[in-house]
This record gives sequence, C-alpha cells and structure tokens, in this order.
Amino acid sequence: MRKFDTKVQHLKYKVLREVARLAWKDELFTHLLDVPQIISPGPEPTMRCCIYKERAIVNERVKIAMGGDKENKNIIEVIKIACDECPVGGYEVTNACRGCLAHRCEDVCKFGAITFDANHVAHIDKSKCKECGACSRVCPYTAIVSRKRPCQVACKIKAISMDEQKAAKIDDEKCIACGACVYQCPFGAIMDKSYIVNVVDMLKKAQNKDYKMYAVVAPSISSQFTYAKLGQVITGLKELGFHTVIEAALGADMVAEAESQELAEKGFLTSSCCPAFVTYVKTAFPELAQYISHNPSPMTAISMYIKSVDPKAKVVFIGPCTAKKAEILREDVKPYVDSALTFEELQALFDSRDIDITTLGEDVLDNASYFGRIFARSGGVSDAVKQALKEQNIDFDVKPCPCDGIEACKIALLKKSKNLLDANFIEGMACVGGCIGGAGCLTHGEKNKAEVDKYGREAYEKTILDATRVLKN
Amino acid sequence: MIVQICVGSSCHLKGSQEIVELFQKYIEEYGLENDITLAGCFCMDKCNRIGVTITVDGTIYTGVTVAGFDEFFKDKVLSVVNS
Repeated sequence: MRKFDTKVQHLKYKVLREVARLAWKDELFTHLLDVPQIISPGPEPTMRCCIYKERAIVNERVKIAMGGDKENKNIIEVIKIACDECPVGGYEVTNACRGCLAHRCEDVCKFGAITFDANHVAHIDKSKCKECGACSRVCPYTAIVSRKRPCQVACKIKAISMDEQKAAKIDDEKCIACGACVYQCPFGAIMDKSYIVNVVDMLKKAQNKDYKMYAVVAPSISSQFTYAKLGQVITGLKELGFHTVIEAALGADMVAEAESQELAEKGFLTSSCCPAFVTYVKTAFPELAQYISHNPSPMTAISMYIKSVDPKAKVVFIGPCTAKKAEILREDVKPYVDSALTFEELQALFDSRDIDITTLGEDVLDNASYFGRIFARSGGVSDAVKQALKEQNIDFDVKPCPCDGIEACKIALLKKSKNLLDANFIEGMACVGGCIGGAGCLTHGEKNKAEVDKYGREAYEKTILDATRVLKN
Repeated sequence: MIVQICVGSSCHLKGSQEIVELFQKYIEEYGLENDITLAGCFCMDKCNRIGVTITVDGTIYTGVTVAGFDEFFKDKVLSVVNS
C-alpha cells in the first residue's frame, strides 16, 4: 500500500529518515554531507537537470530537516533553488486557438481585453484583463488557460508572491503556516521546518530515566497509517522510546467543556483549536481577536494536565499540522509542549529505527470521547460544543458557523466584521476537511472523514463529561 | 497522603474512572478530605490484564478492581492514614 500521496512527500520523507538515522547514531555532524549522495546516488540525475543541482537541493532539505534557517521565524520556508519558477502569466491564449469566426471570447469579455490578429487568433491585452476567466469558460477549444503557480493557488490568504528572480517568496507577516503550499508545490520547493533531530535527542536522553517522554497524538491519526492498525502505531511509538501515548482528543473534551461555558458567558466566540486560524484572525482581523476563545488548544490543554501530574515530563505532539510547530513557539504554549512532529515525520522516525509497525502487537489508545475525537474533521468542534452545552444543562442557543478551510473562515470573519453574520460561534479550520486535510498527513482521501467518525464511535467514553471526569480529582 | 490513579489508556479501559469515583465516595464516608489528595497520572509501566494501577505515597499497587476496592482501601490506604 502506498504510504504517501506524492513523490515529493516521499523525497522529503527520505531526507528526514536519513537525518534521523544519523541523529540516533550521533553521527549527524560527521556524516551530514553524505546525505545528498544517499538520496541521489547518481551518476545520472533522476529529478533535476544534473546530479549536482539535485544534490544541492537535497542539501537544502537536510538543512530544513535539521530545523532550517534560525534567522527566519516562519516555520514554512522556500528552497529557492528548488523553485522551478513556474509561469505566472494568468489567463493566456494557447496555440490551441483555431482562429475561429464566432469570437465568443471577445463577446463575453466585459473589459474589451481581447483582440485578434490577421489570422483571427485571439490575444489578451494584459493591461485590460481582470482575470475573471469568462473567456476561458466560453472557448469551444479550451484554448484559453490560466497559468498560475500551484503555490499561489494553494495560498488562499495570498501570502505568496515572486521575488526578483521569479522564485516563490512568502510574506512571513501574513503566512499562517497552514502548509497548503508545502503540500501543493509539485517541485517540493516549500517545506516545513522539522524538529525531528530535537525529538531524537530527547528520546535518547530519556534512556537515562531522568524524565519520561509523552506522545500526544491528534485524532486525525485514525485516517493515517492505514497500512497498519492504530494499536500497532501506539506500540511503535513505545518502541521509539515514548513512555506512553495520550490522545490529544482528551484535551479536546476538556476544551469543549470549558469553551461551551465561555460561549454561554460571552455570547459570541470563535474556536481556538486551529493555530493557523488563530494566527489568521490576529493578523488579518485584529479587531475580532477579542472574540477568540481564551481556552488553550486541545494539544496545549492535555499537555498542561500532563505537566501538572508529571512536572518532569517531556511532551511531543504528533499530528497532521505544520502550524502546530509554530504554535509551540508561542510564549503561552512553550512551557507545556516540548516539540511537535507531523505524521510524515513520524513515519520517517519509525523507519530511521527500522521499525516495521505492521509486525508489532497492538497496544491500546483510549482516553477521549466520541466528541473529542471528531475535532479532527470539519464540523466536529461545533458538534462537541453543542453536546457540552447539553451535558452541562447550560441554556444557550448555539448557532454555529463551521468554516471548512481558510477561505470559508475569511468569509465568516468578513461578515462578522460587518455585523452580518447570523451565528454566534465560528468554528475556524484552516485546512479543507479539517485536520484530516492537514499538510503533514501522509495521505489525504475521501474516506478520511468516515475513518474519524468510526474512530470516534469506538471510544470507550460516549460523553464529554465522562471523558473529563477522570481528570477532576 | 497522595494517591495517584492511572488514567492512561490501559487503566482507563479497565475502569480507572470507577476507581476515582469509589475513592471520592470512601474519602467522604471516612471524612478523610484533609488527609488524602487524589491525583491522576499516566502509565507507570505496570499495565496488566486485571485492573487499575494506583500509587499510595509512591508505593505502586496494580490490579485494583471495583470488586476488590473495599479491601484495598482498608488495607493499603485506611491503615496507613490511621497509623
């Protein structure tokens, strides 16, 4: 079974795996320069124009796998030499234009941007074109296409432009670290910085028994590692050196309980569990930041609890999310979460130790309720808040507005800023589908939502209060 | 006295929640609110097939079940508090 959606992910994974392998052996600094040769053995290039460019790009990937540019505070980084400088022309007439007589394109263009040469072939006047796409839709030969960079198309908040050399450039002030561009760039020229070396280091030192390693796993794991069983992933984590594995979904139960109370008290709220959404509200709609729930994210909530019962604990969050890597740098989160990995990185970590999880026994993972677990998909937070109000007998009529993806978030926030929103709770999820659409997932598929719901139904606890009760001693 | 009850996955599935509730009930019945602090914890590496893992002032007890709770409480908790 395929472990990744794309070859770009696979390449990134191979680099992470080799870097982690060296880190385990304490050979990172002596053998670092060998990694490009391992990935691209040559002599013929397989991906780029020559073997030297190929290895130079791998070198950049190694740097990012080791934490990336320390000067750049953004977790998302462009590998300039890997950027293929895709065309950015917008709507263009291709040579499929037959020079027909109907000229539908001309008729439909409201801006008079289309002219014809002596052969009736259409041309677009870029000074008049507004990029509406009407001409493209009416052309019977589909001869008019939009040339846009996949990264720019992926970045719905328009934080990507191109620099003087035509390479992709991220506006770090605007970027919300959702990772959409990372997943969409067909050349793998944008990557999320990794803390994998830091996690290996913590796991190694934990062998001295001075502290214990806790893995906090996001509920979207239910749609990942589908080639094995979830219980085998848990055993695998323990083989890596984690003392125990806890569901972030238990933190989600805690959040649902507290957030529903906060909502009833304040009357209007936005969720705070998606770090990319929170950053977006703060940067793009600062006047609405006051409405962001003051509750920590599920990851932070459960980590706070872990540290309260075991102050020496080291907590690593493992999830689908690149923005979580930025969240753990926040001053209010830093004391509780020591590191964060994506599922991609976890796969690399397993393989760096040659752990084949399909051969392992099945351990258990059960801390949360159905409602905590469905936080992983769009609409889940709204359902959980509704349920928490009911369970606590709070008389509040919640009108949720579940926003599936950052574009939907933008629309809801715009409406709220103009007082036109007919809702009192905005559930903001930057990724389409919710966390299961996260950039750090191994695979993205149609069935993922059903997998999350199934996993939710398998929870031992059926209600939020049943799940959080064990924490209230 | 500090009593820690494991709420990790394995113990959770073996009923740590019921044990927490029994502790709360017994503490109230015996009026030990000022003597015992209840706390949770995650996995003490003693997972077994029978019941929940509990520490009483650092001493680990495994396999505590609802059926055996009364005996456990009197033996390992009450006697220590009273002495």
